[in-house]
Amino acid sequence: MRIAVCIALLAAMVGAALATEIPPAARRSGYSFMGADTKAMQDEDTANPGMLSVLDGEALWTRKAGSADKACAECHNDARVSMKGVAARYPAFEKMLGKPIDLEGRINLCRTNHQQATPFAYESRELLALSAYVAQQSRGMPIAADDDPELAPFVEKGHALFMQRQGQLNLGCANCHDDNWDRKLAGSPITQGQPTGYPLYRLEWQSLGSLQRRLRACITGIRAQAYDYGSPELVELELYLMSRARGMPVETPAVRP
Amino acid sequence: MARPVPTSFLVAALFAACAPAGAEELRPYGIVGDAIPVSLTGTKGDVTRGRALIVERSSTCILCHSGPFPEQAFQGDLAPNLSGSGGRWSEGQLRLRLVDAAHLNAATIMPSYYRVDGLARVGASWRGKPILSAEQIEDIVAYLVTLRN
Ligand code: HEC
Ligand code: HEC
Repeated sequence: MRIAVCIALLAAMVGAALATEIPPAARRSGYSFMGADTKAMQDEDTANPGMLSVLDGEALWTRKAGSADKACAECHNDARVSMKGVAARYPAFEKMLGKPIDLEGRINLCRTNHQQATPFAYESRELLALSAYVAQQSRGMPIAADDDPELAPFVEKGHALFMQRQGQLNLGCANCHDDNWDRKLAGSPITQGQPTGYPLYRLEWQSLGSLQRRLRACITGIRAQAYDYGSPELVELELYLMSRARGMPVETPAVRP
Repeated sequence: MARPVPTSFLVAALFAACAPAGAEELRPYGIVGDAIPVSLTGTKGDVTRGRALIVERSSTCILCHSGPFPEQAFQGDLAPNLSGSGGRWSEGQLRLRLVDAAHLNAATIMPSYYRVDGLARVGASWRGKPILSAEQIEDIVAYLVTLRN
C-alpha cells in the first residue's frame, strides 16, 4: 500500500518535472552556450557586425523625417541619456491602443504620430538600425519587464502561447526551451530561448534580425503557421519572454550562431 | 479530437472523415495492445531506404535521436539512442511508435508521423498531410527491426 502511494507520488513528481519554469538562478543567456569565437565577436565592438547597424541607427536618430520634418533627437535629445533603460522595459502597455507594443511598434508610432511619416516595414534596415541603437543604450542593464497590472493578461496570453503545442511536429516552445535546454537538437545546443540580445546579428542569417523574426523561425521550424509580423500573438510572446528574463542583462546588439 | 480508439482488432478508416478535402488519405490501421501488427501498406518496407530516410534531415528523426550513424556529425540527444531498438521492441510496437507515439505517452515530444487530426495551426504547406507516408514508415520500421544491439 505504502509502495503504491510512493509510486503514485513519484509519478506525479515526474509529471510535474515536465514543463517547469526555469528557476531564476539557473537562467542563462544564449551567449553562454556559444563557442569562444562567437562570444569574442559579440564582446568586441569592432568585430561585432551588429555595431554597423547601431551606427546606422545613430545617424537615423538625428535625421529629419515625415511631413512634421522632425528628427527623433528633436523630441528625445541625446539617446544616450533619454533612451537609457527604455528597451529593458519593452514591450510596454500603450494606453491609446489598450494593448502592449514592442520597441519596433513604439518607434513606428513615433513615426506616424510625431513625424507624420509612413511606418517602417518590419525587418527593414531602418527599423532594425533604430531599434538596435535604442536598445544598445540599455546594454548591461537588467531586463525590467513592466509591472503595469494592465499588462498582466497579455503576459498570461504569451505564457499560454509558449506552452501551446502546435504545427505538424506538435511541439510547444516550452518543450524545447523549458524542458530540454541542456540538450542538443541535431548536434547544436538548444538554449533557454532568452530574448536578451535583440535585435541581434545571426551568423545563419548573415544579418541583423528582430526577436519577432527569431520567433517566426521557431514557429516555422515546428511546421506551424507563423504569426504575421506585428501580430498581437508575437508581441504577447515577446512580452512573456521578457518577463521570464526579468533581471537578465540586455546584450543588444548580440551575436548568435 | 478524433483519435483512434485503442480497441483490439478495430480496423476502420479512422481519418477519412476528418482529412481536409484534397489531402492524401491515411490508410486505415488497427491497434492491438501497444502495437500495430499489420503493415500499413500490406508489404514489407525496404531496409536500405529506411536507413537513408532516418538520417535525412527532413524526416526529423536525428534532430532528436542519435543512433548507429557514424557518418552523421549532427545528431540529437533529446531522445533514446536508436541502437538496439529492434531488440527492445517488436515490429508492431515500432510501427505504432512511429505512427502515433502520443497514443502510448500523451506527454511525449516525439511527433506522430502518421496522423493529421488533433494538431493546432499546422502551416499551409504541411496541412492535411502526415509527416511521413505509409511507405516511408514501413521502410523505417523495416530498418529499425534490424537494430538488434
Ligand atoms: C524543436 C525545438 C524548438 C521549439 C519547439 C522552439 N524553439 Fe526556439 N529555438 C530552438 C533552437 C534550436 C534555437 C537556436 C539555438 C538557441 O538559441 O536555442 C532557438 C532559438 C530561440 C530563441 C533565440 C535565443 C537567443 O539566444 O537569441 C528564442 C527567443 C526562441 N527560440 C523562442 C522560441 C519560442 C517563443 C518558441 C515557440 C513559439 C520556440 N522558440 C520554439 C528550438 C526550438
Ligand atoms: C522531437 C523529438 C523526437 C523526434 C523528432 C523523434 N523522436 Fe523518437 N522518441 C522521442 C522520445 C522523447 C522518445 C522516448 C519515449 C517517449 O517519449 O515516447 C522516443 C522514442 C523512440 C523510439 C523507442 C526508443 C526505445 O528504444 O525506447 C523509437 C524506435 C523512435 N523514437 C524512433 C523515431 C524515429 C524513427 C523518428 C523519425 C521518423 C523519431 N523517433 C523522431 C523523441 C523524438
